[in-house]
Amino acid sequence: MKVELIDIHKYFGPVRANEGISLTLEPGTIHGLLGENGAGKTTLMKCLSGYLSPDSGSVWLDGQPVFFSSPAEAIRHGIGMLHQDPLDFPQMRVLDNFLLAFDRRMLPDRRRGRVMLRELGDRFRFDLDPDAPVTSLTIGERQQLEILRLLALGARLIILDEPTTGISAPQKEQLFETLRFLAEEEGRSVVFVSHKLEEVEELCHRVTVLRQGKVAGEAEMPCPVDRLVEMMFGRSLPPARRVPVEPGSAVLQVRDVTVSSYRLTVEGASLTVRAGEVVGLAGLEGSGQRLFLRACAGLERTAAGRIWMGGRNLTGAPYRRFLEAGVAYMPAGRLEEGLVGGLTLTEHFALAERNGPFFINWAAARDQAAERIRHFNIVGRPESPVEALSGGNQQRVMLALLPPGLRLLLMEHPTRGLDVESANWVWQQLLARRAEGTAIVFISADLDELLERSNRVVVFFGGRMMEPLEACETTVEQLGYLIAGKDAS
Amino acid sequence: MSWKLKNLLLSLLPVLLALLFTTAILLAVGASPWEAYRNILEGAFESPEKIADVVAACVPLILCGVGMSITFTAGQWNVGVEGQIILGAVFATWVARSLPWPRVPVLTTMLLAGMLGGALWGVLAGLLKVYGKVHEIFGGLGLNYVAQGLAIWLIFNPWKPADGATMSGTDPFPDPAWMPRLGHLRVAPLAVVLALLAVVVAYFLLRGARWGLELKAMGKNFRSAFLLGVPSTPRLLTAFAACGGLAGLAGAIRCSARYGRMIPEISGGQGYLSLLVALLAAYRPQWVPLIALFFAAVGVGSPRLELNMHLDSSLGGVLEASVVLAVIIVAGWRALLARRRAVVDLVAAQEKEAA
Repeated sequence: MKVELIDIHKYFGPVRANEGISLTLEPGTIHGLLGENGAGKTTLMKCLSGYLSPDSGSVWLDGQPVFFSSPAEAIRHGIGMLHQDPLDFPQMRVLDNFLLAFDRRMLPDRRRGRVMLRELGDRFRFDLDPDAPVTSLTIGERQQLEILRLLALGARLIILDEPTTGISAPQKEQLFETLRFLAEEEGRSVVFVSHKLEEVEELCHRVTVLRQGKVAGEAEMPCPVDRLVEMMFGRSLPPARRVPVEPGSAVLQVRDVTVSSYRLTVEGASLTVRAGEVVGLAGLEGSGQRLFLRACAGLERTAAGRIWMGGRNLTGAPYRRFLEAGVAYMPAGRLEEGLVGGLTLTEHFALAERNGPFFINWAAARDQAAERIRHFNIVGRPESPVEALSGGNQQRVMLALLPPGLRLLLMEHPTRGLDVESANWVWQQLLARRAEGTAIVFISADLDELLERSNRVVVFFGGRMMEPLEACETTVEQLGYLIAGKDAS
Repeated sequence: MSWKLKNLLLSLLPVLLALLFTTAILLAVGASPWEAYRNILEGAFESPEKIADVVAACVPLILCGVGMSITFTAGQWNVGVEGQIILGAVFATWVARSLPWPRVPVLTTMLLAGMLGGALWGVLAGLLKVYGKVHEIFGGLGLNYVAQGLAIWLIFNPWKPADGATMSGTDPFPDPAWMPRLGHLRVAPLAVVLALLAVVVAYFLLRGARWGLELKAMGKNFRSAFLLGVPSTPRLLTAFAACGGLAGLAGAIRCSARYGRMIPEISGGQGYLSLLVALLAAYRPQWVPLIALFFAAVGVGSPRLELNMHLDSSLGGVLEASVVLAVIIVAGWRALLARRRAVVDLVAAQEKEAA
């Protein structure tokens, strides 16, 4: 089956996730879709598999235009997608999950399903116990179950979205073998969505690189890695001048910390940050940098290691103790974690005044809010509910909410979604804080920002924290290689 | 149309919708709607005795409605109010039966004990939520059954009257434990004063105090409030304690002012009804008395339907429930309108700035 995507546009409000993407997928090939986080890979694939409808553009199967209003319709046309997080029912048995896909009768034929599951599983050497609950499976096994389910539904094009995150090395090998078999022996098409260069090099026949919602380039594999890196991250700018900082005393000391989420473990992470220093955390999303940053704020339970703040041992202490020690955490999700939708700006500023009097003087609070709104150039009024503000202005509100005199500021993506001017303004505010001795640790996906703003950059890859790099001695290319799991040489 | 006018119309709309719906039902069963509404109103307000009954029926609804406004503000569905009323009644009954004191000290102790009992039961639901990860609706419902079981066990065992236990409850309390009523009317002025006092205090706490703002922030976005430094666990527990305390007070008042004894049905569904009161009042304590008055009047007046028109008195319940449904639907529209207005205002501000 030949699949063509023609001029796909998909916007989410002001965010242009896909801007005129065209792509052709040939039968019998493994097609890599490469790009940074937010490049539009997942959106494009969801448009192809019926989870989203594109705002404009069309999908053609073997020369016929098609339109899917649901994933069910897409799978009827032979297009199935394996999502980043398996879309299964963890409380149910493997067999029932499998049957749910296609046996929709009142009384499903479990015996036939069992036979089908075994035959399909044998073909790919997947060892799945039909009676095991899905909760007892590893992520890799749940993927195998999903693949079998899609095959049982007759998928001729299988899309895998970042399938290698969180699975073991042997499972990855087995997955790759399966995908090669599906493409080369059975003539199906496979789309392999990834941001890991090494895997794309190893597996794919052809690669399309997306950047900022557009096609940045296409290549037949094998292809020189520098070309892929350049397509992924764009041309690099010469390193900007940096103000040297005289290192102050150590503010944050992390020693051999281990933190885990359900699919990733960061092990033995150590870092010392001094007053007035800016440390950038680099890595593709889900590489462990966020887990580490949250552990530094007491928001993740550490399994091992020690965390000191200004010489005080805060290992295992609750978030509140970190706040009292002068730490602030600024999350990326503005309305999800940072701000309270439904509260006005005045209410936000009053709320952030943690040690204010028991009864709030609303008139004074309003004046103070108006003052901060002026000072931080926020387009909004004291009585505006925060969700009515634009993203950039919400970001300004979050900065305005940070208490003065911080010792350590931890930030996720401080300028994501902002235009250049607003981003510069944000960094002015941050650098002013740094001049007062606040240490800053931030996550960013923007390599230029990381190298321009930080003194040191720490790269995370697959949960591994690498040695800090001096930002002034590092180029965007080197950083790009490291982030994608290649040695910079 | 101006925003103000639109808002006023939107406030009246649910009442109209509900009346329309109830009228349709009455017409469908072949009764005269006019007659039915007149009967309800007469049944509630025709005599001083009836009015006193309505006012007395308001008290637990106001207390619990105010309490639920607090927990709703914090984003919690404290359906455990029923159990909190029962525990308040149990604690108050223990005081009434065990402490042979004069009226003032015994009544004061009963009311305080009632609040304590309700607050403890409320905090228990909160603890289950925070440390046991039990959703407050399930925790609350479970605790309601436990409280009901406890009440029945007490009435049928240690507190059994000398001539044998029945569903009509314990022996009447000694005279000092009865809350004084207004002459021959079945309303206790002290209870009404306490209920209104609760409204005033809750209003100022929710509107003016940091505590109220923190609860509101938690209710709207628990995650953000936590990251902004709101100590969420203590705040959550105090919200449950406040609501439980008010419900417990309602329980103490019901056994001291209404029944003069402990009965198995001491909560009488007041907790669930006050959930509707709080929803209708949009979690604003200042609106609770008015809404409670409506519910109390329909409750006191609708038995008249059965007496005079041979209609089932549960039609009153249909009226109450359809008002609640209509209000919730209209509230959805209003929230949408408010969001749009905020955006329109902001765009206007931006344009002004640009000009």
